[in-house]
Amino acid sequence: MINLLFLPLVIPLATAVACLLAWKNQGLQRIISLIGSFLLLIAAAVLLVTVQQDGVLSVQGGGWAAPFGITLVADLFSALMVCVAAGMGLVVAIYSLADTEAEYERLGYHPLMQVLMLGVCGSFLTGDIFNLYVWFETMLIASFVLLAMGGKRAQMEGAIKYVVLNLIASALFLAAVGILYGVAGTLNMADLARMLRESESSGPIPVIAILFFIAFGIKAAVFPLFFWLPASYHTAPMAVTTIFSALLTKVGVYALIRIFTLVFFAELAAWQPYVLAIAGLTMVIGVLGAVAQDEMRRLLSFHIVSQIGYLIMGLGLLTPLALGGAIYFMVHVIAAKSALFLATGMVLRLTGTTELKKLGGLYRHQPLLAGLFLVAALALAGIPPLSGFWAKLALIWSGLESGNHYLVVAVALLVSLLTLFSMTKIWAAAFWKGAVVNGATDTPLPLSRRVYWQMAVPTALLTATTVLIGLWPEPLYALCMDAARQLLVPDAYIFAVLGVQP
Amino acid sequence: MSSIILSTTIRLLLPLLLLFSVFLLLRGHNEPGGGFVGGLVAAAAISLYALAEGVAAAHRILIVNPRQLIASGLLVALSSGVIPLMTGRPFQSGLWLPYSLPVLGHVGTPLLFDLGVYLLVAGMALLIVLSLMEEE
Repeated sequence: MINLLFLPLVIPLATAVACLLAWKNQGLQRIISLIGSFLLLIAAAVLLVTVQQDGVLSVQGGGWAAPFGITLVADLFSALMVCVAAGMGLVVAIYSLADTEAEYERLGYHPLMQVLMLGVCGSFLTGDIFNLYVWFETMLIASFVLLAMGGKRAQMEGAIKYVVLNLIASALFLAAVGILYGVAGTLNMADLARMLRESESSGPIPVIAILFFIAFGIKAAVFPLFFWLPASYHTAPMAVTTIFSALLTKVGVYALIRIFTLVFFAELAAWQPYVLAIAGLTMVIGVLGAVAQDEMRRLLSFHIVSQIGYLIMGLGLLTPLALGGAIYFMVHVIAAKSALFLATGMVLRLTGTTELKKLGGLYRHQPLLAGLFLVAALALAGIPPLSGFWAKLALIWSGLESGNHYLVVAVALLVSLLTLFSMTKIWAAAFWKGAVVNGATDTPLPLSRRVYWQMAVPTALLTATTVLIGLWPEPLYALCMDAARQLLVPDAYIFAVLGVQP
Repeated sequence: MSSIILSTTIRLLLPLLLLFSVFLLLRGHNEPGGGFVGGLVAAAAISLYALAEGVAAAHRILIVNPRQLIASGLLVALSSGVIPLMTGRPFQSGLWLPYSLPVLGHVGTPLLFDLGVYLLVAGMALLIVLSLMEEE
C-alpha cells in the first residue's frame, strides 16, 4: 500500500485535531493522545517491516511526479528513526499522565505534543530539502510553546536562548536552501544527489555545504554551537525535556547524516579530519561540562551534547561499520538517556529537588528506581553487556580499522570513562550515600500508587529496551548495518524517488 | 469605547465583509485570493464588530469558540488529503467532481483544502485578537 508512508504524518495530525476539538475535556484529551501515540507506533512498525521486505519506499504527495511532487521517502534509516520516535512518543504520553500539571493541559499540552511528533516524523520521511525546512519549523514552533509553557521566570530565560539560537539556525538553513536552489534548480534530495554526482564539486557547492553543516550543527548541538542546550533543557517539565532530548537534537543529526551522505558526500569526504575534530571536541566539552554540574537535569543535559559527539564521529569516519554504529548509537542513546531523564523526573516528584547536594539515601526508600537509574546509567557509559557497549564498540572498531584515526578513538574511550565517572557521581550522590541531614529525602513526598506506576512503567520500558538490545543486539545491529549500506550507496534511494537508475 | 458611527456602520459592513471574504476564498484557485486572505478578511470583519460592540458581543455572533474554528479548519484541510487516500491515490491528490455546480463552478479537493485554511486562519487571528482585547 503506497499510502503507508503518509500514515506517520496523518495520525499525529488527526490526533492533534481530535485533542483540539476536545479542548475543554482534559481527560478525553489524554485518552485521545494515548490512542494516537499507540496507532502511530503500530503504523511506524508496519512501515519498518515493509521497508525491510520491499526496499526503499517512495511516494509523491499530490500525485505530481518527482521532482515536482511532495516527495516522501522511507529507507531503512528513516523508517527505523520513525519507529523509535513513535516509541518515545508513546512512552512519554504514558509518563505525561502522571507528570503533567493541569495548567499545562489547559494550555494545550496534548495537541502540541502531537504537533511535535508530526514535525519529527515529517523530518524523517521527507525527500525534499525545502520540506525538511518546513518540518523543522513545525517541530520547532511546537517545541517553543512547550518549553515556554507556564511562563516561569527560569523557563523564559531558557526559552529565549533556545528560540534565538534556533531561529538563527533556521535562517542559515533557509539561506542555504535558497542558494542551493539557485545553483542546482531543484531541491529534491534524490535529484540533487544525481545532479551533484554527475558534475564536479566546485564553485558555491562547498559553501552551501558549510551553511548546511552549521545550520544542522546548531540544531544537533554540536561543538561550538551547543550552548543553548544545557541553558534551556532543564527548565521545562520532565516529560518535555525527555522528548526534546530524545528527538530534537537527533533530528538535527539525522539531517546531517542524510544530507551529507546523499547530497554532499564529496564535501564530507574532503572534510573528514575537521568533522572528526568537531566530534571529538563535542564529546570532550560535553562530558567535562557534565562532570562539573551538581544538578541532575543540567548534568544529563550536558551528556546529551557529549553523546552527539559519538554520532558525529560515526558520520565523520564514513565507513559502513561506523555509520551503522552511529545509527545503533542513536537508538541506544534515545532509550538510555530518556530512561535517565524519566527516572530523574521520579526523583523530582519524590523529593522535590534534583540538587545532588540535597539528595541522598534514595536507595533505601526506592530500590526499584535506584536499580532502573543504575542500569540506564551503566548503559550510557557503555558497560557490557548493555546497549552502549555495542554502539561504542562499532564506532571504535571502525576507527581502529581505518588505521589513521587513533586520536578520535582515544578521545572516545576517554570520554566513556568520564561518562562512567559522572554517572557514578550522580548515582552515588542521589541514591547511595546516606541521607543528608535536613535534606530533601528525609520525608519522601507521598505518591499515589497509580501515579507511581504511571511514571515507573515508562522508565522501566526504556531501561528494558537498553538491556534487550544489549543482550540480543544482532537483529537491530543487522538492521543498522543494512541502513548504513543504503546510506553509502544511495542508488536504491534515487531509483525509488526518480524511477531512473543514477 | 463605544462610537455610534462605528456601530451603525458595522451593521452594514459586517455582512459585506463576510461576503467579500467568501468571494476571495472561491476566487482563489486561479486568481489572487484564497483561503488565507479570505480568512484574514473574515477575522478583520469580526474584530471590527468586537471594536464596535465589545468582545462579548463578538463571541455571541461567532457562536463557536475560535479554537473550534482552528480545529475544524485543520479537520477540513486534513480530510481534503485523506479523501484521495480512500481512492488509492497519493495523499492530497486533486480530485474534482465530474460536473460543474451552479455559482461555484468546477469544485474539488483543492477547494476543500482552501476552506480548511480559511477556517484555520480566521480562527487563529480571532483567537489572538479577541484574547488581546479581553486583556484590557
